[in-house]
Amino acid sequence: MSTVKSFRVLPGFNLTLGYTLGYLSLLILIPLSAVFLKTAELGWDEFVAVVTAPQVVATYKLSFGASLLAAAINAVFGLMLAWALVRYSFPGKKIVDALVDLPFALPTAVAGIALTALYAKNGWLGQYLEPLGIKVAFTPLGVLVALVFIGLPFVVRTVQPILEDLDTELEEAAASLGAQRWQTFRHVILPILLPALLTGFALAFARAVGEYGSVIFIAGNLPYVSEITPLMIITKLEQYDYRGATAIASVMLLFSFALLLIINGLQAWTAKRTGRDR
Amino acid sequence: MTPKLKQSLRRSVVVLSLFAAGSAFAQSTILNVSYDVSRELYKEINPAFSAAWKKQGGADITVNQSHGGSSKQAGAVIGGLEADVITMNQSPDIDILVERGGLVAADWRKQFPHDATPYTTTSVFLVRKGNPKNIKDWNDLTRAGLQVIVPNPKTSGNGRYTYLAAWGYALEKTGSEAGAKDFVSKLFANVPVLDGGGRGATTTFTQRDVGDVLVTFENEAILIAQELGSSKFDIVYPSLSIDAAAPVAVVQKVAAKRGSQKVAKAYLDFLYTPVAQEIIARHDFRPRDPAVLKKHAAKYPAIRTFTVEQKLGGWAAVQKAHFADGALYDQILAKK
Repeated sequence: MSTVKSFRVLPGFNLTLGYTLGYLSLLILIPLSAVFLKTAELGWDEFVAVVTAPQVVATYKLSFGASLLAAAINAVFGLMLAWALVRYSFPGKKIVDALVDLPFALPTAVAGIALTALYAKNGWLGQYLEPLGIKVAFTPLGVLVALVFIGLPFVVRTVQPILEDLDTELEEAAASLGAQRWQTFRHVILPILLPALLTGFALAFARAVGEYGSVIFIAGNLPYVSEITPLMIITKLEQYDYRGATAIASVMLLFSFALLLIINGLQAWTAKRTGRDR
Repeated sequence: MTPKLKQSLRRSVVVLSLFAAGSAFAQSTILNVSYDVSRELYKEINPAFSAAWKKQGGADITVNQSHGGSSKQAGAVIGGLEADVITMNQSPDIDILVERGGLVAADWRKQFPHDATPYTTTSVFLVRKGNPKNIKDWNDLTRAGLQVIVPNPKTSGNGRYTYLAAWGYALEKTGSEAGAKDFVSKLFANVPVLDGGGRGATTTFTQRDVGDVLVTFENEAILIAQELGSSKFDIVYPSLSIDAAAPVAVVQKVAAKRGSQKVAKAYLDFLYTPVAQEIIARHDFRPRDPAVLKKHAAKYPAIRTFTVEQKLGGWAAVQKAHFADGALYDQILAKK
């Protein structure tokens, strides 16, 4: 039997593939498999009991629900922000541009404390919101606010470069062919931006699901109401229940992985449809 | 290998082995792994011990300290952090070192006086100035419409003691487990925020202005009153509370390996001396030494307390009956 070697223009395929796999294993696969190995110390029945306990299930709903919602909000407003930063020039633009990255750099605990101070009933914003019946700090709404805050840079920074590359001539051409503004946006601009927007959405979502530091201060952490899944994991760890903690972590990982796969698939599909796939 | 490289390699090996030898023979440092709130206390105790140890004819000794959430700290010692002694705020965090890897001797409670607890504190109430809601005792905390701030019993020793203190009070009042469960359910129905630790609960109550009463350790309450001015808060002592004694132990396995048993034991013995007890009293913990306690009587009013062993059958039983998954605490929160 003879194997047919496919010819590649670039040399060093085996080397780079080997390197990629080795590096990925060392950095990601081995630590993650440790999580599953520790989980495997639980029997199947025990595992199911831990990860489907009503209190834990309530946290899945909040964690994944709030993360998806936060990522969606960021997709809309992050796009607007990126648009303003790319298309218009205004005084202080450079500063605004730099501000976008701050949620990246700020230690999350600081963000959490700042947001809580702002939205508590004696805070700058909270004192006006509470009389209107809007409670933010120590409610699920607070969780959402924190997740929107930390996720914003992901969308802006992924969409921005694509917008910068986008020729205004395309829009002019559309306009000269009689397209309305909305039509230009819907049929010309959005399809080009969509893959990047989805990437930003996925990144913001992934970050939000795993977020602990900022949320914990503003959530109130009431069981069945405002507990996030990472708190459940910490709770188990505090009680030396390492296996229970990794069990919940592995459910979270699988769930996130599935969602990210779907989003990536969606992205590939839209890229192909708009002919940007190589 | 070039001769030059060989030479420099040899030199570094010599230097490294010198370091290794130094740490094996002189053991001029010991490590005290402790919980979060004791940071300031041990900062003052450690130099005092070094001085006392030298006076007794010992060698120069430096005590290093490591602080963090108590369960995390115990976890770090299980994971290999080389602690010679461990000083915690609840016994389960030392018992776990007996269970996992036999790092601490099973009879650690017998090795030092007062069940190896050189000082204690208790759960008290902190209310807003003038006590506008007229909160006097535990039964006031179950009143409808009142907001009680408590740290999460699942993640903090402080919260766990509060929960148990309320349970003990209700057990005495109602005389039954069912009555106690009902009482504590009502109390926790009044909790609007569960912070991860004692300090977080303090922030929620004092800075965010949430809640009518904060239940926390006496040392934390005294500290708040000092730091934030007693013009804003009052401390209220309930009719009965829990004895939240802080346990200490030598980490036998590590001490044996490092040859530090003697100094580690001397360090923990030192905590019971009048000098250390005085420092302890100044840091808002209740000292064991009757003379020192008497001297600070104004700060520490008499309060009737019970221990987990007396009323609740010990920590192992409490863990199983109350805090395990699906046990009483989980049931109480599910009812809410």
